Amino acid sequence: MYGLAMVKGLMVTLKNLTRKPFTVQYPEERLTQHPRFRGEEFVWYEERCTGCASCAKYCPLGIIKIVTSPSETAIDQGDKYRLEVFDIELQRCMFCGLCVEACPYDALFMGSGFEQGKYSRKGMFISIDQLRQSEKHPSTFFRPQLESTGYNPHKNRPLDWKEVGRESWNWHRQEKMGMRLASGPDLDNGSAEELEPAGTSSSDGSNGASS
Amino acid sequence: MPIRTEPMTVNVGPQHPSTHGVFRLRITFDGEEILEVEPVFGYLHRGTEKLAEERNYVQVVTLTDRLDYVSSMINNQAYCLAVEQLLEVEPPDRGKYLRTIAAELQRIAAHLMGIGFFLQDLGTLGTPLMYCFRTREKILDLFEMLCGARITVSYLRPGGVFADAPEDFWPALDRFLTDLPGELSELEQLILENEIVMVRTRGVSTLPLDMAINSSVSGPVLRASGLAWDWRKAEPYDAYDRVEFDVPVAQNGDNYDRFWVRMQELHQSARIVRQCVEQIEPGPVRLDLPLVLRPEPGREAYGRVEASKGELAFYLFSDGGISPYRCKIRSPSLINLTVTEHLLVGWKLADMIVTLGSVDINMGEVDR
Repeated sequence: MYGLAMVKGLMVTLKNLTRKPFTVQYPEERLTQHPRFRGEEFVWYEERCTGCASCAKYCPLGIIKIVTSPSETAIDQGDKYRLEVFDIELQRCMFCGLCVEACPYDALFMGSGFEQGKYSRKGMFISIDQLRQSEKHPSTFFRPQLESTGYNPHKNRPLDWKEVGRESWNWHRQEKMGMRLASGPDLDNGSAEELEPAGTSSSDGSNGASS
Repeated sequence: MPIRTEPMTVNVGPQHPSTHGVFRLRITFDGEEILEVEPVFGYLHRGTEKLAEERNYVQVVTLTDRLDYVSSMINNQAYCLAVEQLLEVEPPDRGKYLRTIAAELQRIAAHLMGIGFFLQDLGTLGTPLMYCFRTREKILDLFEMLCGARITVSYLRPGGVFADAPEDFWPALDRFLTDLPGELSELEQLILENEIVMVRTRGVSTLPLDMAINSSVSGPVLRASGLAWDWRKAEPYDAYDRVEFDVPVAQNGDNYDRFWVRMQELHQSARIVRQCVEQIEPGPVRLDLPLVLRPEPGREAYGRVEASKGELAFYLFSDGGISPYRCKIRSPSLINLTVTEHLLVGWKLADMIVTLGSVDINMGEVDR
């Protein structure tokens, strides 16, 4: 019979009329993201970072800028390099997470937020100071060690740098101590000259590396 | 006294809501009837192929997300298959199954988009589209669990996927698969046999089979014309040789058939995902490949998948460096657009919008 299917369709509409809405009213109600959510802003642990610039090299857009200099004060604690600049140009970042994937020392994590709209382009820039001071709610993206503990960046407390590694901290300290430059400026001279980050001096010539 | 009439040329797009992106059609009308069609594209050209030549093999995965941005997983899959051919490696079994699950979920999401906007173009003003989006939203939530992103997923890597699914993914997927048949039957009940949809789309803009084959049209558009051609069957990749599914075929090749084929494929995709969930076994998900891949010089590869819109393929040529020497993308939307003129000429303005919706193009993929 002509029109029967339309009546059937109308039944669906009626059924849905009485249903609870599926949508949420965003600014008032919020959905929580999964712990693996790749978001802003990046969580960076200076204590873990060796300045190897693997992240800068692996970034498809080359928006991470790292400048290191020979560390004089912290050598006893195992720090060979002092990080001077660690900038992330957030306006071009696409949150692919390849920098996190490339980090061998679990120093860089994706963040868990997504509401970081800014009024000016200058604001779309994460500097080393912001990274140092921001609250550390790392995403569990590409970090199985966090996932296995059931960590949820949206609910749980900020994490300390000693809690986030995939190896124990002792392993990491030894790794950092063992980082020697094959060639390079003599540290005793105390020259202020900028060192190439260890990663960029290889012959790959890939884009993205910066210093 | 007869009124003097003359043909009129109208620009539809590039900024037109029903052209599904920045697509422009220069159409000559005689009254409401279409006399001449000239598709103009290139407004969304981003030089993906060239950009791929200056990124290393893993970084290119992030570019493929942005080709057909409603079916990123399948784009990832096509590219990763090409790189694996270059390297002559094969991902571990669990990786293959995870890829298949991800790709089929993405196919459901992409087809729902296609169906929803097709009906929107018919003038249903949102209701079926919202039903489609309700289901799609759940898939995007699943993707967020899998890889942390909803649209630009970058989940697949050459040699597998970047990480195993989290523990809470499997119950969520189960819930989704339980809810899906009900939601789909609701959508079918609402619209599939609706008389207005039938009258508007049956017999409109038919594409004969020989024409479809000659223009190398692929995907649902080809299957609606009557050929059961699906790369998942013809040349199985990943885990498709271990699952059972049917290839829905229609005979007339009109707008309704293209819509109908998509609706049926939703069920087949869900069937594939269910079988994968049953068959998947614990194990590694990714080969232990170096971060920077270097295939042997002179090798070439052609990775081909059945994407949501048709045959998507990546041709890669390696010169031994860390990035492909040449990356050519065969995108289904572009090839499917070549029959636009045949489909549109002789029909009315109102049918033009519907036909474009039924071919289901995506400008991110057409222009690359």
